[in-house]
Amino acid sequence: MLNSQTIAVAMSGGVDSSTVAAMLRADGHNVIGLTMQLWNQRRLAGHDGMPEAVQGRCCSLDDVYDARRVAETLGIPYYVVNHEDRFERDVVRPFVEEYLSGRTPIPCSLCNNHLKFDQLLIVARQIGADMLATGHYARVVYDASRGRWLLKRPADSSKDQTYFLFGLTQEQLSRTLFPLGEMTKPEVRELARQHGLALAEKPDSQEICFVPGGDYKRFIDAYLAEEGATLPDTAGELVTTSGEVIGEHGGIHNFTVGQRKGLGVATGSPLYVLQIKGDSREVVVGAGEDLYSRSLRAHRINLIAVSELREPMRVAVKIRHRHEGAPALLEKTGADEVLVTFDHPQRAITPGQAAVFYDGDVVVGGGWIK
Amino acid sequence: MRRVYLDNNATTPVLPEVFEAMRPYFGEQFGNASSIHHHGQETRAAVERARESVAALLGCRASEIVFTSGGTEADNLAIFGLASAGDHVITSTIEHHAVLNSCKQLQSLVCDVTYVPVDGQGRVDPDDVRRAVTSKTKLITIMMANNETGVLQPVDHIGRVAAEADVYFHTDAVQAAGKVPINVRTIGCDLLAISGHKIHAPQGVGALYVRKGTRLRAQLYGGSHERSRRAGTENVPGIVALGKAAELARKGLEEGTDIAISAMRDRLQKTLLDQIDATGVTAGEVPRVPNTTNIYFEHIEGEALVIALDLKGLAVSTGAACSSGAIEPSHVLTAMGLTADRARASIRFSLGKQNTNDDVEFALSLIPATVARLRELSPVYNRTAVSQ
Repeated sequence: MLNSQTIAVAMSGGVDSSTVAAMLRADGHNVIGLTMQLWNQRRLAGHDGMPEAVQGRCCSLDDVYDARRVAETLGIPYYVVNHEDRFERDVVRPFVEEYLSGRTPIPCSLCNNHLKFDQLLIVARQIGADMLATGHYARVVYDASRGRWLLKRPADSSKDQTYFLFGLTQEQLSRTLFPLGEMTKPEVRELARQHGLALAEKPDSQEICFVPGGDYKRFIDAYLAEEGATLPDTAGELVTTSGEVIGEHGGIHNFTVGQRKGLGVATGSPLYVLQIKGDSREVVVGAGEDLYSRSLRAHRINLIAVSELREPMRVAVKIRHRHEGAPALLEKTGADEVLVTFDHPQRAITPGQAAVFYDGDVVVGGGWIK
Repeated sequence: MRRVYLDNNATTPVLPEVFEAMRPYFGEQFGNASSIHHHGQETRAAVERARESVAALLGCRASEIVFTSGGTEADNLAIFGLASAGDHVITSTIEHHAVLNSCKQLQSLVCDVTYVPVDGQGRVDPDDVRRAVTSKTKLITIMMANNETGVLQPVDHIGRVAAEADVYFHTDAVQAAGKVPINVRTIGCDLLAISGHKIHAPQGVGALYVRKGTRLRAQLYGGSHERSRRAGTENVPGIVALGKAAELARKGLEEGTDIAISAMRDRLQKTLLDQIDATGVTAGEVPRVPNTTNIYFEHIEGEALVIALDLKGLAVSTGAACSSGAIEPSHVLTAMGLTADRARASIRFSLGKQNTNDDVEFALSLIPATVARLRELSPVYNRTAVSQ
């Protein structure tokens, strides 16, 4: 224990962030627990297709209760801060709009960029904390030779969450702690047990926190209905790569690139969604091999390991959370746009998802796939 | 760490005299006040003494007091005890949730509810109430003092409006009791709710004044307790405490403790306004209860200020807490026409009998520097500062 700091911990009521709070407290730091109230689960409860009772995980009273109990066990001050307005503006609305435009969004990255490492970090600093710690599996280190804060993959590569963190700025990284970066999940659970945390066996959350049951289509319907808006008509035609119309579909937001089931057409060979055209509302379908492409363009770029891309760079690029990362050449093509050319074609490159660039364990940066 | 509590509109500490008064009823005097034997007679006498004391605070007869589990139950009993399907009820937009959500529930039971607005100073206009009365109006329920701003409503005028229209008038006096003199005859109300824990009795006890002759339907079914208006074995220690607290509140008002409290409140308010720029008082120009002031510090999030001050030992509050404990935008400040930003930048300070000048000094030693830190780290404030 070198020196004691005041550290705010973003507590979700799960094992990971609870263990972070316990670890930092045990290290003698002055720990403050914070939970963000982001979404009122009751808002859409009872809408058509949505559960009557509140079952979603995000900001559910059960999770706040769990986080509060952990804070009591550890003897740390604990507060819930309300960021519902910002969450709706910066995460939920873009999520709905992206789907309605034929893209497949990642709300977790938006939440990290706009809420957790922005609003919550501001609150943490305002109330006197020097740093914000979270339960993410990632590492942040200062590289004196480059003069930059680096985001690196965690020791437990199966839990790697760096894909969702590519948007962090140098300022944000400089005030962020990921104490689980060197640990594996079983080690974290064991530590939680050692600290007497009742939730050591609590299952991991998987789904998008504000979408109960993971059914985003019903969520979009219910959200628009609650807003007093009707679902815009995004119905259109199913077309082949050669432009032949082979059927109709009920709305582009029902599709994701790479999807096979639920196309509503019977053909001899399996068909996949290759492309979703937001403007013409066409869903282009074709054979599985047509899903592969060699390159992508990404924009709204955030660079972490380097300050700018002066010349083409060899990197590994992840195009979705559960993607291994594939070797590619990264080139700057515009003020805020890059071209990624893979060594080997990649399956189902999906607009709206992030492309995150790695140099070994180090996150070079990332952007949003166009 | 030194801790100073300036959130007495949320709850108040039990005064030592009150605690001493209730203590025997946890132990040797344990009887059920409905029992015919000695033990029951002892506690029955204590309950009735408490009833007289509460009646004395409100200027009514002891038989017109119904003990409840608190202010919320008293408000519910008044509202649901009178209104039936098809009735019209008038309330205001700034009521406590105990009244506001009861009225929402009435609407789902096929009652019409009119929510009269307030002006920029948070006051209901009695003429608005008069104009809202219809032939179906059964009840007017408007609070005596607002919990967030401390603003006193013109309940005497509203009482006259109700009398002229021959409709029932209930007032939620939870935030007025003990802070300003209350006389149910002067107000002309038929029902009036108070809460024990706002006047230095413990949480879990309250009372409803029910004017003699008011036909109130009980909301709990059971024994014939409280003259069949509220079933359930009496919370004797709580009731005894409420009686003692009412007695102390009445004495305090006679002796001018309210003046001492308002002097501290005014000093706190003035010093904060002098020392911190872009700061103002909400509803500072109208009659308020002596202990409350609601101050906005532009360009900050009140929520962050409450947390930052709590970590330094000062307890204040903002808005209303929702079930998770997060702070919701204040419906009171919004109804008064404050912008969302200003409502979020507002903090309520509410003093109590136990507070001293030292407590005010402690608060003043913390707030200016804390507000400065929040503003320094606020993207909004920095943008504003740059553009100026």
